[in-house]
Amino acid sequence: MSKVSGRTERAARAGETLIEVENLKKHYGGGGVFAKPSVKAVDGVSFSIKRGETLGLVGESGCGKSTLGRTLIRLEEATDGTISFDGTDITTLSGEALKDWRRNAQMVFQDPESSLNDRMTVGEIIREPLDAHDWKTKQDRQERALDLLTSVGLREEHYYRYPHQFSGGQRQRVGIARALALEPEFIVLDEPVSALDVSVQAKIITLLEDLQDEFDLTYLFIAHDLSVVRHICDRVAVMYLGKIMEISETEELYEDARNPYTRSLLSAIPHPDPSASSRRITLPGTPPSPRDPPTGCQFSTRCPAKIQPEEYDHVEDDVWDAIERYREVVRERSRMSLGTVDRLKRHVGRFSAYDDIDETVADLFGDVDVPEDVSEHVEAAAELVRDGRPEDARSHLAEEFNGVCDLRRPELHPVGDGDHMSYCHRHTDEYGDVEPVIDRRTRDT
Amino acid sequence: MSRDVSAETARGDGEPLLSVRDLQTVFRTDRETIRAVDNVSFDVYRGETVGIVGESGSGKSVTARSIMGLIDSPGEVLPESSIRFDGQELTALSDAEYREVRGSGIGMVFQDPQQSLNPVYTVGNQIREALEINRGITGAEANEVATDLLESVGIPDAKRRLDEFPHEFSGGMRQRAVIAMMLACEPELLIADEPTTALDVTIQAQILDLLKEIQAERNLAMLFITHDMGVIADISDRVNVMYAGQIVEKASVENLFERPKHPYTRALIESIPGEHSRGDGLNTIEGEVPTPSAPADHCRFAPRCPRAFEACDGIAPEHIDVGETVEHTAACLLYPEGKSETDRIKHHEALANAGTPSKEGDDS
Repeated sequence: MSKVSGRTERAARAGETLIEVENLKKHYGGGGVFAKPSVKAVDGVSFSIKRGETLGLVGESGCGKSTLGRTLIRLEEATDGTISFDGTDITTLSGEALKDWRRNAQMVFQDPESSLNDRMTVGEIIREPLDAHDWKTKQDRQERALDLLTSVGLREEHYYRYPHQFSGGQRQRVGIARALALEPEFIVLDEPVSALDVSVQAKIITLLEDLQDEFDLTYLFIAHDLSVVRHICDRVAVMYLGKIMEISETEELYEDARNPYTRSLLSAIPHPDPSASSRRITLPGTPPSPRDPPTGCQFSTRCPAKIQPEEYDHVEDDVWDAIERYREVVRERSRMSLGTVDRLKRHVGRFSAYDDIDETVADLFGDVDVPEDVSEHVEAAAELVRDGRPEDARSHLAEEFNGVCDLRRPELHPVGDGDHMSYCHRHTDEYGDVEPVIDRRTRDT
Repeated sequence: MSRDVSAETARGDGEPLLSVRDLQTVFRTDRETIRAVDNVSFDVYRGETVGIVGESGSGKSVTARSIMGLIDSPGEVLPESSIRFDGQELTALSDAEYREVRGSGIGMVFQDPQQSLNPVYTVGNQIREALEINRGITGAEANEVATDLLESVGIPDAKRRLDEFPHEFSGGMRQRAVIAMMLACEPELLIADEPTTALDVTIQAQILDLLKEIQAERNLAMLFITHDMGVIADISDRVNVMYAGQIVEKASVENLFERPKHPYTRALIESIPGEHSRGDGLNTIEGEVPTPSAPADHCRFAPRCPRAFEACDGIAPEHIDVGETVEHTAACLLYPEGKSETDRIKHHEALANAGTPSKEGDDS
C-alpha cells in the first residue's frame, strides 16, 4: 500500500527540517489613514521544526501563540515573512496548489464542544476532510473513517453516534481522528488538553504520543500549561506579546532557563508538592496591549531583571520598583481620552479631574527613600498629569528613566548548549547576567 | 501561609467556624435522582485554608453552592444535612436570613469574574452598593472605603479605577475587583470556587498571593475549591479529595502528597504530567467518572480501582484513620492496614452500623 511506503520514506527522512519560519508577522487592522494602530499578534518570529519532532509553543493568553499556529497552516494570511514547508514557501500558494498542500497540515482545536458539528454523526465528521478532497471511493472513505475510530481508541459502533453523546475526552479523540484522516505530516495541536480533567488529559497525551510514533507525525503543540508541555515536547518556544522570548530543548529550558520571562513563568507554576520551597517570582501587572507594545523589549514593562540606566545606578531597587509602577499608572492614564468639556477646562487652566494623581504618588513613594534627582521628575510628571496632559507626563518619564530595555529591541542570543536562544539585552557582555539580578530583586519579597 | 514549619499539628482548640455534617444535595430529574453531594462532612477553622479537590462532576462546586444556599430546584439539600456556621444552623434559615449570612458572614469568589460583575455599572458603583447594603456606608465615606479596598487587592491607581467599567479591566484585575467586592462585606469565611482557573499562570500566582495575604491579614477561614493539584499544594493547609459526590480522603496537605492512601488520590497524583519528562509514560485512570445516581452501598471508585476486590462492590467504605500523624482518613476497604480482608470488612460494617443511619439507606 502506498501508505506504508509513504511512511517508511518519512521515517527515513526524520531529523531533517520540515518547517522553516523566517521573520513571520501577522498584524490585524491598521493600514488606513484613520485606522487605529494595528494589533501585532505575531511580530517577527523565526524558528524551524524538524521532521518527527514536537515543538511546544507556550505563553499567556493573548501572546499570539494560537495566531502563529493558525498562520502556519494558512488559516490566517501572513502579513510578512516566509514559511517554508518541505522546501516550498506556502505563504504564496493559492488555488489547487494550496488545496493540495492542505492535506499535509491539519489542526486539532482546544474546545471539543465547539469544534465538532453537533448535527453530523461522528462518522460524517471524520469523513468530511476525505470527502472534501475526493479521496478514493465512497466505500474506501467509510472504511478509512472506521479505521481511524479504532486508532484513536473509539469503537466502530461510534460511527453513527452524534457528538453530544460523547464525553469531553472522547470528543477530543474524534477531533484527532478528523485531523488524521488525510494522513498529514504536520499537525497543529492548539491546547488539545486544556479543557479536560487531569486523568483524561493523561489519556489524550498518551494517545497523541502513540499516534506520533505510528504515523511519523510532526507536531506543533500549543499550550499554556507548562507541565504538559514538558511531558510531550522535544523542544519548546516561549512567546510573549508576539515574540519568541526563548527557544531550546525541553529539558534544558526547564532546568536552565535564561530569559527573565521564562524564569518567571516557570516559577509561577504551582507544584503538586507542598514541600517544594522554590521562590516564586510574581510578575507585576498584566501584559501590555499588542496595539501599543513597548518600543524596546516587549517584556520591559514587567521584567524583574530590567536594566537600570547608568545615571540612575545609585537608585535602590525599591525606589526603582516604585518608578516602574508609577510609569505604568501614567501610561494607563495616557490611554484614556478626555471629553470635550474636560478639554475646554484644560484650555482655560481649570482642569481638576486628575488631581487624584497626588494620592497615587504618595501611595507609591510614601514608604521609600526617594533621592532628589528622582523625586524632581516624579513631581514634574505629576504636575503634567494634573494639568490634564498624561501623554506629556509619559514622555517626560520616558525621557528621564528609559534604559536600554525601553529603547532598543533585544536580539535572540545563543545561550548555553545547542540551539538554546534567548531574547534579552542581558546576554550581551555589557550587562550583568539575568540570574543574580532576579535573585537579588526577589529576595526580600 | 507559613506551612513550612510544620502543619502536622492538630487544629487549635475551639469550635470550627464552618462545620458540615452529612451534607446531601440531590438533583431530581424525571429519570433518576442524582446524588451530586452524598454524605459529605468536614470542618473549617478560623485562619486555615481547606481545599476541596476533584475532577469535574465530583460535586465540589455543588458542595460550595449548598453551603451558600444557592441550590435551586430541581436541586435540594436533604433535611438530614447540617451546615453550621459560627454556631448557627444554616439549613434551617429562610431566604431572607440566608441573604444576611451571605451579606456579612460568608463571601464567595467564582471562577468567572466576568459573570460576577455587572457590565453596565462601574466597578466603584458595585463596591459602593455592597458597602451600602451590608454595612450602611454611603457617600464620600463609601468612596474612600472602596478606594482602600481596591488598593488592598493590589489595583494600582485605585481611585481612578473606581470609575471604570468591568470591560476596561483585564481578567486578573476583574478577579481582584470581585475579591474587593466580597471583602466589602467583611466576611469571616471565604469560599473560592476555582478562582484562578480562567487565569494565566503569572496572573494566577498574583491572585494566590493576594488571597494568602488577605487571609493572613484578616484571619479568614477559606474553603478553596479547585481541580488543580498544584494550586491545592500551594494554598491549602488541609485537603478533602472528592470523587463522585463523596469525600474519599482527608489529610493535611503534606500527608496527602507524601503519603496518599486512597487508590484514587494516588492515581490522581500520578496522572499529573510534571517533573518527570518525556519517556516515562503517564499513568492514566481507566474509565470515566460515574454519575452518582445509585445510593452509596458500594465504593464508587471500585470499577476503576486497580486494587479493588470483590467486597468493594457490596460495602460502602467508611472513613478510616490511616495517618501516623493527625487527622488523615481514607474511605477505602483496604484500611485499617495490617488486618485481614474479612476483619477489615467487619470493621467497616461495624462502623456503618454504629454511625449515622442516613449513611446506609435510600432516603429518596
